[in-house]
Amino acid sequence: MRAQARIGFILLLMPLILWLGLLIIIPHIDMFLISIRERISFGVYETSLTHYQKALTEPLYLRTFWRTAVMSVLATVITLLIAFPVAYYIAKMARGRLQQVLFLLCLIPFYVSELVRTFGWMILLRETGIISHLLQWAGLADQPVEMLYNDAAMMVGLVYTSMLFMVVPLVTTLESLDDSVVEAGYDLGGTGLSVLREIIIPHAMPGIVSGCIVVFMLSLGNYLTPTMLGGKDSLWFTEMIYNQFIVRSNWELGAAFGFMLLVLSSVIVWGMLRLTGRTLQETLG
Amino acid sequence: MTRTILLTGTLLAGLTTVAQADTLRLLTWGGYAPDDVIELFEEQTGHTVEVTKSNNEEMIAKLRATGGGGFDLAQPSQDRIMGPQMEFGIYKPIDVSKLDQDLFIPSMLDATMANTTVNGDVYGVPHVWGTSGLVMNTAEAGDIVKDYTDLCDPAVAGKVSYRLKRPTLIGFAFSMGEDPFAAYDDEAKYTEIMEKVEAKLIECKANVKTYWGGGDELMNLVRSGEVTASMAWDTGGWKLNDDNSDITFVAPASGALGWIDTFVLPAKGQADDVAYEWINFVMQPEIAAKITAAAGNFTASAGADEFAEDALKAKYQASFPQEAIDNIKWYPPVPAGLEIIEGDVLDRVQAAN
Amino acid sequence: MAPDLECVDLVKKFGDTTAVDNVSFSVPPGSFFSILGPSGCGKTTIMRMIAGFLDPTSGDIRIKGNSVLNTPPNKRPVNMVFQHLALFPMMTIAENIGYGLRRKKMPQAQIARKVDEALDRIGLPGIGRRKVNELSGGQKQRVAIARCMVLEPDVLLLDEPLGALDLKLREHMKVELKALQAAFDTTFVYITHDQSEALVMSDQIAVMNAGRFEQVGNGQDLYYRPDTPFVAGFIGDANRWTGRIERAEGKALQLRTSTGLAIRATATDALAEGDIAELFVRPEAIRLAGNSGDLGDFENRLQGTVTSILFNGAASRVLVQDEAGETLEVTLPQSGEFSSLQRGDRVHIGWGAAQASCFKGAA
Repeated sequence: MRAQARIGFILLLMPLILWLGLLIIIPHIDMFLISIRERISFGVYETSLTHYQKALTEPLYLRTFWRTAVMSVLATVITLLIAFPVAYYIAKMARGRLQQVLFLLCLIPFYVSELVRTFGWMILLRETGIISHLLQWAGLADQPVEMLYNDAAMMVGLVYTSMLFMVVPLVTTLESLDDSVVEAGYDLGGTGLSVLREIIIPHAMPGIVSGCIVVFMLSLGNYLTPTMLGGKDSLWFTEMIYNQFIVRSNWELGAAFGFMLLVLSSVIVWGMLRLTGRTLQETLG
Repeated sequence: MTRTILLTGTLLAGLTTVAQADTLRLLTWGGYAPDDVIELFEEQTGHTVEVTKSNNEEMIAKLRATGGGGFDLAQPSQDRIMGPQMEFGIYKPIDVSKLDQDLFIPSMLDATMANTTVNGDVYGVPHVWGTSGLVMNTAEAGDIVKDYTDLCDPAVAGKVSYRLKRPTLIGFAFSMGEDPFAAYDDEAKYTEIMEKVEAKLIECKANVKTYWGGGDELMNLVRSGEVTASMAWDTGGWKLNDDNSDITFVAPASGALGWIDTFVLPAKGQADDVAYEWINFVMQPEIAAKITAAAGNFTASAGADEFAEDALKAKYQASFPQEAIDNIKWYPPVPAGLEIIEGDVLDRVQAAN
Repeated sequence: MAPDLECVDLVKKFGDTTAVDNVSFSVPPGSFFSILGPSGCGKTTIMRMIAGFLDPTSGDIRIKGNSVLNTPPNKRPVNMVFQHLALFPMMTIAENIGYGLRRKKMPQAQIARKVDEALDRIGLPGIGRRKVNELSGGQKQRVAIARCMVLEPDVLLLDEPLGALDLKLREHMKVELKALQAAFDTTFVYITHDQSEALVMSDQIAVMNAGRFEQVGNGQDLYYRPDTPFVAGFIGDANRWTGRIERAEGKALQLRTSTGLAIRATATDALAEGDIAELFVRPEAIRLAGNSGDLGDFENRLQGTVTSILFNGAASRVLVQDEAGETLEVTLPQSGEFSSLQRGDRVHIGWGAAQASCFKGAA
């Protein structure tokens, strides 16, 4: 009996162990090993930290690294600012059918692939695109307006891609906020701002933190949107990783980049949790 | 080295193929294996063909990740065979005797075999060839843009595009009067040339609307008129020519860059015989003509010209007068290490303001 | 002196439905005023209009004589204890109580002092640092009241605040709420569907039904002198008949029920012979006797069989089936005389015409 229960337990655990082992732990160890070797000549390699040294000293790589981090944080903040009112409306103000429809509307863009979504933005924003034509038609512009290929377009794409992942956790936490708690806030003399600051935001904190973590990770790891909407000056760290691995065949530097990104995202997530005084356990639980 | 990746790769490859050895897993470019050709082949031979579309860099990266497994036949360009083979050993020698050599244009077969020989073994035979040069709207930019460097002319500011990849570096180098191919074996000289190209590309950056990434993206830019001149493949220009007769491919004054896509056998391919069958099949003139129709480029098949569409031949002749054909710069094999130099240059151009 | 709270011709419509239909009342300072009614009668709507969360369709709300219609909820001198208390779970007890004071920009030290005072007042000193979920139901209740009372509102609104408590605690809190009201000397407006809460605590009770006030008065008025059949039926228990008036001489009536029983009664409305009427007799007004001679004083006398004894200590009742087949609820006297009464025993019952209130019935 005991032996059977033990086998059952191991079998139940197997998918998790396989998933963790084969897809996460082993590839990361392998990546790490690749990142610390240096090519001497055809098929000859030596262990060294030269790629990390290169990654940390080459101004372009460092610039891209920080730029990606700062832009991802910015995208997260903008997403939060836009998603919060949307989530509040869905969770607290919309009722019944409208609520479901609005929620579905947030979801619909994700029925199509990210590539198609990004192309959608390109159709809207390009020089011969819809918005440019509308502006000319309305007399607000006297020549075609190019809105693509800059950081603003990239930001729009990133925020759009991330919206749902911020709205869902926010709606869930805000729905659990009792209406009468908000009313009590007003009743006892609170203004809209103070009720938001002292009651709604503290209540929504778990949703805000988990939403921000997800959106930040998604933005940091996004490849398509920055490349397609960002244009000639767009620099995204994932693009550099892709370039090193695929275009340059320089797996060693690419792996070093990958590890830097892993460390960066871990540090920023940790900082976010510290800043809001939460533990990972609380946020995930 | 990458033992675990190799291990999982082989495992996966093993799982998917052992059962059905008469499946040909083909790693190729879009258009090189059109559906009607596959149907004919499957009908005639009873084999099955699975196609994965890709490009040079991804083909090599994929084969490298699996140590040359997962595919039975691949089609990288001829200049990308020697280096990766020496570095990673991802291909296996081709037994040319199993091929019907009469089907190939002899000069092209000889040149490709010479360029892909490592330690006395031949690793590649030619399939499709073409050039890259300038695609432009001749009505708007024809008078200004004659060569790659003319893309930096203020008269076309904000209306030009090119890729941020090695063909651009090579093209600009030629157009600036250098010969980068001659400097392939001289790293110092090559670095010097690339530094000049880098300065030019940074200076030119303000002129560029965007660096295009994929063929479809470029086609959209040119078709919509947002871009009037761009560095691109010949087929792109000829396809756009169908929609707008002003747009076409122009061979630059310093010479178009010629490439040949090949057939290679991945090191762990498991259906070599089917692969040979496929090569012999698609090199037949009638079949090669079908591929030319789908891909837009001519093949190394001898006599396929007879079966090619007249319209395509006309476009080809318009773009390539005899002196332009003689001026085509064929890519020699890329020695390992050059791509690191080029990569750094491209990074710096991308980062420049 | 102006009343603390005055509502004049208050109407609230939601689309086609009228939730509050022309309600007027005034609450004198320092009193405990209850609005009692079944759920859905509109009492919560009145309360939310007073608090400012809803705008009346027409009518006026005055606090200390001044209309507050254009004052937003956070500026009204009115505070509310919510049904589920609505304490702020993200704050400590002290922060909860100090919340309103912070909104008034009171200095920190003064807030701390006031919070301590309030905690003393509600008998929970020293719990300021605790979290809301560490308190018991009764403690939360008191904190919710203290949170409002530190703001010294003119009127405190309480929206069925005892609803979530268990029975025992509810009984206890009734007494305590009344004591707190006396201690704070503030006007309380209390809404509930539980008549016992209203009767025990209130100085004045408004019985509400279908958007209107049926009757406003103190507990005794409502219990002994109901104005409408709704109040008679809603407050306390009653045996109830419908029938036709056979004879009417001034206030004295005789009613024939549908089962053929003739009952002498007293008119509350103007009633004439032939009118349809509703008759209410409270169980404690009916006398139980072993023989009919003991019921000589009563105008109505019946004989019946005990079908059930509902023993509940001082509130025990007997169900008696009369000869017409109707079942009446009769209070079981606690004198010991009937301690051996059993199911199936024959008993005599009787009541006076004055105890039988008769209302005009629906035709």
